[in-house]
Amino acid sequence: MRLLLASAALVALGCGAVAAQQVARTGPGAEELQAGKRVYAHWCAPCHADVPSLAGTMSLAVKYEGSDIPAALEDRTDLPAPVISVFVRNGVAWMPPFRKTEISDADLAQLNAYLTAPLEDRGAHVPLLAEEMVRMQEGGE
Amino acid sequence: MSALPPDMDAAGFARLLGELRGAVGSDWVWSGAEDMFPYRDSFSPVWNTGEERHASAAVAPENVEQVSEVVRIAKRHRVPLFPISTGKNFGYGGPSPNVNGSVVLDLKRMNRVLEVNEARNYCLVEPGVSYFDLYRHVEERGLKLMLDVPDPGWGSPIGNALERGVGYTMPHFRDHFGAHCGMEVVLPDGEIMRTGMGALPGADTWQEYPYGFGPDPAGLFAQGNFGVVTKMGFRLLPLPEYYRTGLITVPKRRDLIKLIEHVNYLSDSGMISEVRFASPLSSRMADPDFAALATKLGGPSDVEMDTAAEAVDLPSWAVDLQFLGPQAATLAQWEYAKDRILSDIPGAQAIAGDHFKLPATEQQLENTTQPYASGIRRKAALGVPSLGIWEIVRDDGHVGFFPVIPRDGEAVFEAQRVLGDAQREFDLPPYFSAITVPLFWHTHTFQMVFAPSVKHDDPEHNAMVHRAMKKMVAVAAEHGWGDYRASPIYQDDVSATYSFNDHILRRFHEQLKDAVDPDGIIAPGRGGIWPRRFRS
Repeated sequence: MRLLLASAALVALGCGAVAAQQVARTGPGAEELQAGKRVYAHWCAPCHADVPSLAGTMSLAVKYEGSDIPAALEDRTDLPAPVISVFVRNGVAWMPPFRKTEISDADLAQLNAYLTAPLEDRGAHVPLLAEEMVRMQEGGE
Repeated sequence: MSALPPDMDAAGFARLLGELRGAVGSDWVWSGAEDMFPYRDSFSPVWNTGEERHASAAVAPENVEQVSEVVRIAKRHRVPLFPISTGKNFGYGGPSPNVNGSVVLDLKRMNRVLEVNEARNYCLVEPGVSYFDLYRHVEERGLKLMLDVPDPGWGSPIGNALERGVGYTMPHFRDHFGAHCGMEVVLPDGEIMRTGMGALPGADTWQEYPYGFGPDPAGLFAQGNFGVVTKMGFRLLPLPEYYRTGLITVPKRRDLIKLIEHVNYLSDSGMISEVRFASPLSSRMADPDFAALATKLGGPSDVEMDTAAEAVDLPSWAVDLQFLGPQAATLAQWEYAKDRILSDIPGAQAIAGDHFKLPATEQQLENTTQPYASGIRRKAALGVPSLGIWEIVRDDGHVGFFPVIPRDGEAVFEAQRVLGDAQREFDLPPYFSAITVPLFWHTHTFQMVFAPSVKHDDPEHNAMVHRAMKKMVAVAAEHGWGDYRASPIYQDDVSATYSFNDHILRRFHEQLKDAVDPDGIIAPGRGGIWPRRFRS
């Protein structure tokens, strides 16, 4: 039932509100979104970053094939906070639900703020952890 | 779906929750269907059936003193606790308990990396630390150490080790429990114990010598229920200077026997990192005629398989080799491996693969330049945590059965036949066939994999998977192949197969359990070990 509700919410929203993903995703993004961006980087990006081979991104690419909805969650502008919360707390398919010891209610609010902010305020995509660390090491050498 | 702890009414449960809130704070105790939903096993084949196990509540302490207090409260109320670390044990039960109504002891908040020692190559961590966390800690400090990580990076080094999970680097690091050194445990009465040199006040060798003096009880806490592990040390591999890969193929089916013997030699001599066996014929499974041959009842003959391989000009077997060490040493080891195998197996061929200085660049981690098809996941091979493995997960997850198989080619052939025949009655992909290869994960043995998917909205499929899991466990055991790890719903089945001398191993564990935890405060049923209270 929870998943049905989430799916219904997505259908109700339609598929039209996503053209803005073409906005340039550069720079650090708005200061007040940084906490949510960190939550996204830690908990969501490992499966949902803008990398086609990642399971979450691959799965959403299949789901939304032929539409203008982007596969990477960080590029989505059609997800209202309650829908994000339903997926985080209930999971979907093989994505498990996340406990409050992992993503607290405060973390979730920050994540929702980040993923519902205008794209231009979100700044550049977060890197995957391995990329971030490799770049840091290379920058330090 | 709410549950109450065993032998407890709603009023007693309310008193329990009140005391738990007093111990850890009201923000860190949960009950009720909504908050407990994420504590269900979302990969469960008994999802929404009477066999699914439901916790009653969850409590999340932030330090060992609070763990001790929670255990003492649970003991007073005779309530089972089910400890989890990061709670990501998917395929083996996730965060769900053995006993309905258990209180999940969620250790995720205990997430401190207490020490990483670069000069002496070890770390000491708390249960809530994930491989992602530990990797970040090491890399941000520029420490020249390599982790050994399991597939999903959100797992806990402690949780994974206590499940006897595996990774993908050098042999003695892949066995995560085997690579541990020293632990701190809260016992079922709330006492805090340290093993090995941790028992000697002032010792600076807790993460260097695991045994201390006298019997070492550390093994009791892996897949066991004798305490709550709150700290654990691990040996770490100094970051190797260089990484080198190569592929060796052999033409005939029975060449696998010699190939395995050579790989055993190379691995046990410390010359190679993780090994991936493969059958290049796997690409032929899309052909119904070949698939029928490979899954034939009783198995195809060697001649039939060799003929099929020759017809498409493919070798029967391949092995991905990986080398870690000084550049010159990795080159010498690759040359040695080639010479050793090619001089002994007619028709064997070798292809040199990627090789580069460590740490790897982003492009090298992406693994796009390997000159041959490879089953190696580059990040995992280099101890870099990710969630890349999730690309193989289907439907709503899966369950896993990984029987331990002798590191011997004839045994591999026998397992292919026996397990392939056993799974024929189930409408599932062929996990076992004449091209199934062994997994060389644990340091000195092979395993095979049976991991059918589950579907939340298809109870008939799940019921079939459930039957298949139990049958595979039983059939494998008849041939001496035991599962290495199991979900709570299968732990009794698996435990029952380790039955030498009228189940003396289980009876011994039960005697210990009765002595230290007769009421079953710590995870009763885990590992198939039930205290007296629950045996009746």
